[in-house]
Amino acid sequence: MSTFSHNLHQAYQQVPDKPCLYMLRNNLPDQEVTYRQLVQGAAGYARALAEQGIQPGEVVILLLQHGESLIYAFFGTILQGAIPSIMPFLTEKLDPAQYRQSLAALFHTSAPSAVITYQEFKSEVLQAAAQAPSLRAVLVDTGIQAQVNPDFEILPGLKRTQQDLVLLQHSSGTTGLQKGVALSHQAIFNQLQSYSAALNLHSSDVIISWLPLYHDMGLIAGFILPILSRVPLVMLSPFDWVRAPHRLMHAISHYRGSLCWLPNFAYNFCAQKVRDRDLEGVDLSSLRAVINCSEPMHWSSHQMFLERYAPYGLKASALATSYAMAENVFAVTQGGIDRPVTIDWIDQHASITRQVAIPVNPSENANPMLSAGFPIDGTRVRILDAKGKQLKDRSIGEIAISSNCMLAGYYNRPDLTRKAFLDGWYLTGDLGYMAEGEVYVTGRKKDLIIVGGKNIYPQDLERIASEVPGVHPGRVVAFGVFNPEAGTEDVVVLAESDQTHPDVRARLADGIRQRINRGTDIALRYVRVVDREWLLKTSSGKIARSANREKYLCENP
Amino acid sequence: MTDDITLPLASFITSRILRQPDRQLQADEALISSGLIDSFSLVDLALFVEETFYVHIADTELNADTFDTLRQLVAIIQIRQSH
Repeated sequence: MSTFSHNLHQAYQQVPDKPCLYMLRNNLPDQEVTYRQLVQGAAGYARALAEQGIQPGEVVILLLQHGESLIYAFFGTILQGAIPSIMPFLTEKLDPAQYRQSLAALFHTSAPSAVITYQEFKSEVLQAAAQAPSLRAVLVDTGIQAQVNPDFEILPGLKRTQQDLVLLQHSSGTTGLQKGVALSHQAIFNQLQSYSAALNLHSSDVIISWLPLYHDMGLIAGFILPILSRVPLVMLSPFDWVRAPHRLMHAISHYRGSLCWLPNFAYNFCAQKVRDRDLEGVDLSSLRAVINCSEPMHWSSHQMFLERYAPYGLKASALATSYAMAENVFAVTQGGIDRPVTIDWIDQHASITRQVAIPVNPSENANPMLSAGFPIDGTRVRILDAKGKQLKDRSIGEIAISSNCMLAGYYNRPDLTRKAFLDGWYLTGDLGYMAEGEVYVTGRKKDLIIVGGKNIYPQDLERIASEVPGVHPGRVVAFGVFNPEAGTEDVVVLAESDQTHPDVRARLADGIRQRINRGTDIALRYVRVVDREWLLKTSSGKIARSANREKYLCENP
Repeated sequence: MTDDITLPLASFITSRILRQPDRQLQADEALISSGLIDSFSLVDLALFVEETFYVHIADTELNADTFDTLRQLVAIIQIRQSH
């Protein structure tokens, strides 16, 4: 039976004592959670929601940090038949006012009936909830007790069908929060089946993850896949990983981790920022796949990672790739499992000027493209030209997909859902090509910026920068520039101002930096105040992001 | 604050993290809670402090509760150097 609740119920009956996850904590021993504890903990949340009158099919937003409460609240919401959506938690650097705005945006489109959070955060939620007439309950995690004998007869989750929605997944920022990817049980189980086959997933595997659960890679590959497939999961919080990336290596070594997903920047980060003395005794030979996913993949990042960790037992064959998106639940393709990732050296000039990927010998003018692998079962990929016509192999165009694990729609946004499809094919907005059945991603059509695997909408950054007094509203542009050292994009903001004094401009730049750093989950790298009329506009008077990016790169090579 | 700690530290932060070498950093300016130094750069800062001043800052100390300003970070370095 393919719903989450049935799956959990079976695990509870069949393997209650089997550990489903190990949580790494700070200055405390790792915490082991068995399927029995998971279901009992989740059932406690299901009951708490039921007591508040939360009905199956209603949305529940989870504002909790990485940890036990979040895990139980997530599955508890599902056992209640309701639809969880995990929202990133307020971090110390975020400006509460901006965060409240994000919450309000989320409340507006997903119309939640409940929020689960911490006691100390309740008043924050209530303030943001002023404009959310749908919200009937704010639950806090303390006081929600595990249910020692969950009554499966009455759990509404067991009455849900495969076609019902099981969860919503958002990207960040005001714009991303309006696009809640709504997924059904069926779509997720179809994905798990196809993706497990592509990975040769086996019960002897051990998955290690430091990824946040509000992101598709963390939520699906690093949480739902292992738990529902009964493959042990070892979890480290993203907050701890970024301060001590060596803990990931120790976790792999200690638990004999075999699978791990990382966004491209993490290869650079792990290669550059871990001291030798923090790697003493580490053995990475158990890894059979480290999967690069969720932002443009770079051969140099793989090389750097391998060079750093080969002395610790990392096998070259473990380097793997995937192309994934929340709209397809997660994976579209998988590469590097049964054979090494294909590296396709292409003529750089031809790829830019003629949109074709011509294979050439490695040289300075050639670009090593990492294959994202083959489409997983049940997912088809096509490359389309600007008119929606299918292109032949090695022609670069928009990547479109059709699958048995597609989103049900953007929640409460039929307008956005309609726009995303063409003749039943989902238009990804990514650019790429196919060659001998494998998919290569070369760039993207839309102006989205991807920083450390997170999707950032430039319009959100531009709006925030426009709020700084002295900046001409609407005369701001944000874009990303690839930083090879970091393996990801640096965010650049250019703002026009009438102020010409360098000190005044420096203060303005500071103001923009602070607003963006505190108003979003990225750190602005470059900010520049420019003269009036510096920014290029389109014929319709809008700021042209790509043209301004080119202009900036010409002036700052 | 001693210049031999403050100056290289400030210069590292402005040139390597903020990439605004001309920027003046105030001793009491919030660095972490303001988002000026992002989490990805905290490890860089810790590595720099360790290599330059021969003192150790633990991973768990990389947050605004331990230090949030240049002055506080300099004080931590001084205390550890004197031990």
